[in-house]
Amino acid sequence: MLDKLKKIWQVLNRPSVHYSLGFLTLGGFVAGVIFWGGFNTALEATNQEAFCIGCHEMENNVYQELQSTIHFTNRSGVRATCPDCHVPHNWTDKIARKMQASKEVWGKVFGTINTREKFEDKRRELAEHEWDRLKANDSLECRNCHNFTYMDFTRQSPRAAQMHSTSLASGEKTCIDCHKGIAHHLPDMKGVEGF
Amino acid sequence: MKTFKLVRVLGLLAFGSLFMVNVSATSIPEDKIDTLRLAPINIEPTSPAMQKVRNTDVKEVRSYPMQPPIIPHKIDGYQVDIKANKCMACHARSRTGESQAPMVSVTHYMDRDNNFLAELSPRRYFCTQCHVPQLDAKLLVENDFVDMEHLIKANVEQKKH
Repeated sequence: MLDKLKKIWQVLNRPSVHYSLGFLTLGGFVAGVIFWGGFNTALEATNQEAFCIGCHEMENNVYQELQSTIHFTNRSGVRATCPDCHVPHNWTDKIARKMQASKEVWGKVFGTINTREKFEDKRRELAEHEWDRLKANDSLECRNCHNFTYMDFTRQSPRAAQMHSTSLASGEKTCIDCHKGIAHHLPDMKGVEGF
Repeated sequence: MKTFKLVRVLGLLAFGSLFMVNVSATSIPEDKIDTLRLAPINIEPTSPAMQKVRNTDVKEVRSYPMQPPIIPHKIDGYQVDIKANKCMACHARSRTGESQAPMVSVTHYMDRDNNFLAELSPRRYFCTQCHVPQLDAKLLVENDFVDMEHLIKANVEQKKH
């Protein structure tokens, strides 16, 4: 047994002595492709709505609230799923967010929000995290679909055009400053700017 | 208007009969009963197409001085509950500078004894109790409402003659 392990270690320690350089290069390449592909596939799997609402915390609270909003059902049938708004599309940002999400796994394991009451108690804090994130990245996830450059003010209602052509255009405000609670219910808004 | 009254009377009668009041509703033949439902009670009528909200952002004239102003815009998904009041995000006194929306009337800060409160009075909190958006809809019943200004004018004219 020990002999066998020793032999394996010898091969692993100096693979180029035992295998040809061509084999190692090619093997490394193939293994790399498989690993990378597998990693991204797994990552994408966690970026599905079905994965998000696999937890009852998400399905029974936020997902139910989403369903009556325009981001779920509307005249043209385009809809936003959870990751469209909550996970950055850019790869590096996505990985950073996924690492942060390990906290959410912790919360799931220890049942931080596993009842409606607990969720409601934590709603303000959770909402604030999302507001802060969207404020910090200039509402990037909104802008993935709602591109300011292609907004036609003449097709907007007067008050929308008024706000978008001034505060938003100047960069003084970003989407989330006004559009809070558009996909989920608002938490207790006492003391929140703009409420 | 007439049909409305009829329905109301019928409703009262039905309500009365619940309490075993000896009132008979059979005096009105069934084919004379007209409702907005426009279908027999055992048939599910096709619901009419949904009407569009008038989203002009232009103030509507009030039909009478005490009329709660019509909301001249869409309010889809506006949350008004114990946690948040989306309307007040624009119509609160402190928010009108930025939003340029009309401020809610000072009466909304008064309790029923006319004491001024620091915040929106609880009895005025739920905006849509009185204020509603206007649909781009046909009138379901004839409306013979006459603005009192017209009444006064007519009265003055009559006196002249």
